[in-house]
Amino acid sequence: MAAAGPPDGAALAARLRDGDLAAAPAVLNLVENRGAAARPQIAALLGGVSPTALGAEAAGHVIGVTGPPGAGKSTLLSTLVREWRGQDRSVAVLAVDPSSRRSGGSLLGDRARITFDPHDAATFIRSTAAGTRLGGLAPATRAAAHALAIAFDVVVIETVGVGQSETEISEVADTVAVIVQPGSGDSLQFLKSGIMEIPDVLVVTKADLGQIALRARRDLAAALRSAGSRDTAVVAVSAVASPPVGMAELTQALDAHRATLDLPARRLASRRASALADFVVEHGERGLRAVGGRRDAGRLLAAQDPGDDIPTLVAALEAAAPGIMGTA
Amino acid sequence: MSDTEHRLPERDRPWMMRTYAGHSTAKKSNELYRSNLSKGQTGLSIAFDLPTQTGYDADHELARGEVGKVGVPVAHKGDMKQLLDGIPLDKMNTSMTINATAAWLLALYIVTAEDTGVDQQLLQGTTQNDIIKEFLARGTYAFPPGPSMRLIADMVAYTVTEVPKWNPINICSYHLQEAGATPVQEIAYAMSNAIAVLDAVRERVEEDQMGRVFSRISFFVNAGVRFVEEHAKLRAMGILWEELGRERYGVTDEKQLRFRYGVQVNSLGLTESQPENNVQRIVLEALAVTMGRNARARAVQLPAWNEALGLPRPWDQQWALRMQQVLAYETDLLEYPDIFEGSVVMDGLVSELLEGARAEMAVVAEHGGAVAGVDYMKAALVDSHRERIHRIEAGEQIVVGLNKYTETEPSPLMDEEGGIMTVDLGVQQEAIEALAAWRESRDQAAVDAALAEVRRVALTDENIMQATIAAARAGVTTGEWSQALRDAFGEYRGPTGVGEAAAGADDQDIEALREEVDRVSDALGRRLKILVGKPGLDGHSNGSEQIAVRARDAGMDVVYEGIRLTPAQITQSALQEGVHVVGLSILSGSHRELIPDIVTSLREAGVDAPVVVGGIIPEADEQPLKDAGVAAVYTPKDFDMRRIMRDIVALVAEHNGIADPAAAGAA
Repeated sequence: MAAAGPPDGAALAARLRDGDLAAAPAVLNLVENRGAAARPQIAALLGGVSPTALGAEAAGHVIGVTGPPGAGKSTLLSTLVREWRGQDRSVAVLAVDPSSRRSGGSLLGDRARITFDPHDAATFIRSTAAGTRLGGLAPATRAAAHALAIAFDVVVIETVGVGQSETEISEVADTVAVIVQPGSGDSLQFLKSGIMEIPDVLVVTKADLGQIALRARRDLAAALRSAGSRDTAVVAVSAVASPPVGMAELTQALDAHRATLDLPARRLASRRASALADFVVEHGERGLRAVGGRRDAGRLLAAQDPGDDIPTLVAALEAAAPGIMGTA
Repeated sequence: MSDTEHRLPERDRPWMMRTYAGHSTAKKSNELYRSNLSKGQTGLSIAFDLPTQTGYDADHELARGEVGKVGVPVAHKGDMKQLLDGIPLDKMNTSMTINATAAWLLALYIVTAEDTGVDQQLLQGTTQNDIIKEFLARGTYAFPPGPSMRLIADMVAYTVTEVPKWNPINICSYHLQEAGATPVQEIAYAMSNAIAVLDAVRERVEEDQMGRVFSRISFFVNAGVRFVEEHAKLRAMGILWEELGRERYGVTDEKQLRFRYGVQVNSLGLTESQPENNVQRIVLEALAVTMGRNARARAVQLPAWNEALGLPRPWDQQWALRMQQVLAYETDLLEYPDIFEGSVVMDGLVSELLEGARAEMAVVAEHGGAVAGVDYMKAALVDSHRERIHRIEAGEQIVVGLNKYTETEPSPLMDEEGGIMTVDLGVQQEAIEALAAWRESRDQAAVDAALAEVRRVALTDENIMQATIAAARAGVTTGEWSQALRDAFGEYRGPTGVGEAAAGADDQDIEALREEVDRVSDALGRRLKILVGKPGLDGHSNGSEQIAVRARDAGMDVVYEGIRLTPAQITQSALQEGVHVVGLSILSGSHRELIPDIVTSLREAGVDAPVVVGGIIPEADEQPLKDAGVAAVYTPKDFDMRRIMRDIVALVAEHNGIADPAAAGAA
């Protein structure tokens, strides 16, 4: 059998605009494709779902879920997906696996920990290996989040909270939830010292531990106040309790954050940050210098049309640094 | 030296001889048991099918293809009665390989005895009932670790007074060795497991009962072909066990401190190539557990020579029984006291193993004990198994007929059916119809009330046994009882152990493979992605775990979801994950039903990725699977995983029209 070309990006965009959830696997196959032939199709896809094409921001809620290894992210997510489906909301999960890439390969194990009905067309789960940097988001994950938010009610990006991922996830998500487990003093210290970015929602897992979880919740709330945050909701949950505890409260806290958000501003910032990150992945620090450094790049992006999609913004950066395109 | 020192005054009685058996239906299995007993077998060992072991009735989606395959289906007290028909339960010693649903099957056994006028005080036997090794190696768990340990503790607390001759649990090191454990790991994890069980029971019985409890705990061990070291392992286990009893549980009675174990010898080392060689392996392994009197097995069951080919026939099982009988009745083994007393070699081996095991037990304790440490132990086993495979691939560990001395004459033992038994495909339909008839015939109100009581008790601290026995009497089915507990305890997915597995050593082979994976990935536009899936109820995940780890080391993106997947789940994963190839593993014999289902389901969903299959697949089934759309079939004789990986990459390249660089160069 001969190799089929990459799928038609414009057609996929049209399907997403029509709310066709079954387009999701092909969308991911396309945005993950790093081949030259895929580039114009990815541009067509993202162009077709851009605010310019839609006349508005995509309605879906992009939620970043992150936290240290072992905090219970996958277990929580499994229960949370059920809760959202119970509210009749469609859910896409982009699980970013932190596996080392020494061999180039990775074991994508998160899927095993998320239980869902295989006959349910409104739940989509895709595991992706992390980018080349520790914990970094791959360009495909950013592009997929933007695209799927057209068709899905909720798009979750799940990452392990190490290295760069927290900063990156806050660049992409409308709402960032950080998961910590009681007794993990690190989170507390990181918050106090400012190493950890202040999340929009802080989730304390293992609420079934009772007093310990309550105390953790109190300590974290105090740390957040001393770090200057008055808005962060702190929610205690237990996904392993039967029935699970705190799920409705958590979805309400996520919704409440989204309701107060200036969505067009956050999405615009997200697209521009994603474009810059993609540009750096493609052309490296040398490319960045060619456009005059990070600050100039930011200025250039700020001058573009607010409705532009990521590939258009990347192209604008590339145009400003003609030397880097070389003969490739 | 006087006669009394090197000879026993009278020849020892032989160990109990069993054969692990059961298939198709309760009626057919009963015939087999009676025939085995008439051949001189002295105890029963019941093999249940996977739906019974995992708590599903024959009409459940997950039971498809599994009913009556690796054992007998027992859905209710009627089945149990038929299974044991004509067997005197007050005299028989019955071993039941049952774990997650052990409380239920024991209840059915008790009720069956009751109906034939035998009091439960007289019942003798063993329920395997070791859930930790199910999480680690065998995969027939049903409930989460916490509630599972509670069920075990309930059974121990109940039997110690009500069924006093029963061994409520067999701590299994057997399956750990099958999953690749070294002797040190086998000892350490089994002992850590026993500690977890005894600590849980200690909370449920009076302090003065602990001696009796301790004495009811028996072990189920393995013996590999390195039979001298294996014998030392059993002596070391005996020493550790006694030490544990005295120091941790305050047991002082010598009899209660004795290390008692049954054994099934190694299957991992049995080969599909030149399978007749398995006979000598099995005999040597039997020697490991019988040759020293101070560490001799109480009960022995030997596998059949053709286990790696498929299900053994009655004649194959008879041969395994005859091996035991020759050892016990023809040789002089049972005429002497312990033949290793004072042996420098044996003592040295034992202290080596003791030292290693104590250190490893300390590591498990640091991880919070055997329950909290399941993930750690699982990952350690996956690592050990990978090392073992690597040694065989590299020729450092010789397996005769497999990686050395592979020339062979055609085997006259293979008949036209491939030298194995085939289970009638109509068995499942028959079971489903019988189940419907059973449900029709019983008092539904009594069943509903009994199930409500099981559900109520499950959510309290009360012992589950009384409610379970009442449910068995009322005619509840295996699937219904298990569902009641699943409702109360929640579903559970065990750890896969592959995420934590360390990367294998780099060598030239793997480097070359990575280059090829990179090349194909570049041509595909994204990294070559494989789904490794285990359909059906079979929990023997060693093979699929090794494939998953190796594929990662070769540079692929690997989606591995663990065991017990339905065709719909596999299809959904393959579709959503956008994989380039699907690898499926089945060892339970359900491949003829499940694999074509999955291929059809994949194609209907628009997934055209090639499908490869690995497992215990009889040669005769290979072509039908290929006709159903399977691209390649791998069996235990394909031990070289490097070759399997190369095949998979080539398959993906060919399927996607990516040219072979060698061929392109030649053109």
